[in-house]
Amino acid sequence: MATMTYGEAGKQALAEEMRRDPLVWAVGEDLGRGGVFGQYKGLVEEFGPLRISDAPISEAAILGAAVGAAMTGTRPVVEMRFADFALCAVDELINQAAKARFMFGGQARVPLVVREPMGMWRSSAAQHSQSLEGWYTHIPGLVVVCPSTPADNKGLLKAAIRSDDPVVYFEHKNMWALEGEVPDGDVTVPFGVARTAREGRDLTIVSWSATVHAATKAAETLAGEGIEAEVIDLRTLWPWDREAVFASVAKTGRLMVAHEAVQVGGFGAEVAATVAEHCFKDLKAPVKRLGSPRVPIAYAPPLEDMLRVTPEKIAEAARAVVSES
Amino acid sequence: MPVPATQVPRNLDIDRLLSHHRLMWRIRAFEEAALQANTEKLVLGAIHPSIGQEAIAVGVCCNLNRDDILSSTHRGHGHTLAKGADATAMMRELLGREGGTSHGKGGSMHIADFEVGMLGANGVVAANIHITAGAAHAIRLRGENRVACSIFGDGAINRGPFLEGLNWAKVFELPALFVCEDNGFASTTRTAAMTGGPGPAARAEALGVPAVEVDGNDVMAVDEAAREAVAAIRAGGGPRFIVAKTYRLTGHTAADAAPYRPKDEVDEAWRHEPIARLAQVLADAGVKGAVLAGHERDAREEMDAVYADAKAAPWPPLSRGYEDVQDAGDPRQGAF
Repeated sequence: MATMTYGEAGKQALAEEMRRDPLVWAVGEDLGRGGVFGQYKGLVEEFGPLRISDAPISEAAILGAAVGAAMTGTRPVVEMRFADFALCAVDELINQAAKARFMFGGQARVPLVVREPMGMWRSSAAQHSQSLEGWYTHIPGLVVVCPSTPADNKGLLKAAIRSDDPVVYFEHKNMWALEGEVPDGDVTVPFGVARTAREGRDLTIVSWSATVHAATKAAETLAGEGIEAEVIDLRTLWPWDREAVFASVAKTGRLMVAHEAVQVGGFGAEVAATVAEHCFKDLKAPVKRLGSPRVPIAYAPPLEDMLRVTPEKIAEAARAVVSES
Repeated sequence: MPVPATQVPRNLDIDRLLSHHRLMWRIRAFEEAALQANTEKLVLGAIHPSIGQEAIAVGVCCNLNRDDILSSTHRGHGHTLAKGADATAMMRELLGREGGTSHGKGGSMHIADFEVGMLGANGVVAANIHITAGAAHAIRLRGENRVACSIFGDGAINRGPFLEGLNWAKVFELPALFVCEDNGFASTTRTAAMTGGPGPAARAEALGVPAVEVDGNDVMAVDEAAREAVAAIRAGGGPRFIVAKTYRLTGHTAADAAPYRPKDEVDEAWRHEPIARLAQVLADAGVKGAVLAGHERDAREEMDAVYADAKAAPWPPLSRGYEDVQDAGDPRQGAF
């Protein structure tokens, strides 16, 4: 075990995979200078500018070229800089990368990782703050990953690079400096296996990405009040670990889903609906969702803070769920 | 439309031109069979015939090796045949049948044959441009001496991938050949009416990509331009661009009667269609009419048989609809 940051863990994952496989390469704006968040710092010195490649500010070409390069036998890791900017390359990801294998009858594989730094961070306002992970779960063909810890950022990025599917990989900008223990050696984390961040018997809180930490903090507060919340970190949204959620709900009888994304149409709705379909008899209380109101993210700190799914809001909602039964 | 004069080189490679003539007829006959299938309601979605544009498919693809990459557009049957794909599997794909190039899951607009380097037709205009740039990027990363070629229409030059993809190929000096098949129409609108500036070649030149314009109905001119471009690319010269002027002799789709064009314009265009022009060159060079007629007859017989085979082919089993979606979260594992 070594202690490192979330950002460092991602860098180490990429470096290890590039050492292991000469067909892995990374491309995006400013990568030669270490990337906009420093998550590529030092890599160009080791791997050279062909494999840690700068790119013009042409998101559609970055992603479109990566699709062509992936179909031609390489494994590109694409840096989108901000998840919001990946919207300039929606055709390339949704119509091309996600569909090529199917619509060409299995002739194509698109082993591509699209890194999309997501979420609210330092008053970045409406075009640099979004959490759009739920959108991508709607698209057949894509894998959607949302790591919440340094260990998972390393293990899941390695798994994403080795995957033959196109993977949309969301790193939360607020966690770059988050420190944690990371296992030594070549450790990957499989897709579709949730992590129990905290055990509890009274309520299941399902979350992912940075909101896992808010949920864990809320659970600590609730524990002081005699409510034991189980926090499940999905880690990957497609595929997602339904069995782990079902098992937890069977134990606790109560479900809450918390995420930073807009609540309406968020992935929490999918989790809630699936539990309602499969675990109705286990439920002692109505399922609760907690996400952002359906408004754009504002610049001014009080307006931004107003939208956050905080430990306080999670704890308050959890108390209400528990008191309903 | 001015009457283009076919430039007849002094030393004709008759065998090469006969091969072109044969292949152009195969494309024409395939398209006619596809139109017949459309009339008989056996092609269910849209098909976009390339009748009149055969010289570009043939002239470009005869300069590509089997392991070179090609990507194409919604109007891609001719390119795919010229790259060496199997006509039987293609027609089955058009009819959505088992044994199609994509098991009937793609149809006309997603014909692909990776065995012959054909990375797919594309239903999104211009999307194949930066996919091809990326294929060229992979070729360079792997240190291979291959070329990636993208053929797209004149409508594509008004989409972002034209700028982004050509710029990409230029800044990375990639082994990419871009071919604009300029048939004058972007869907059912005259491209000139929707295009600022002096046109595709000037746009490519502005990005530092050397461009040439050729008569796209003269297969010898296209062949020559493509030969020079591919040679320059293989020598490490970076990307090249060819604008091949042609005329779409059918509507945008098989369902489009194209009433937006005057009849005399279309009649005039038929007088310059590429197969007859090549046939004239060959006849002038002493090739017997029976030989040329034989190419047409053979092509029609082949494509009649191809169509008959496709009609008799079964639908794909329903299990195909769940295959090849993804490994992680595979719908066949009950993940949905």
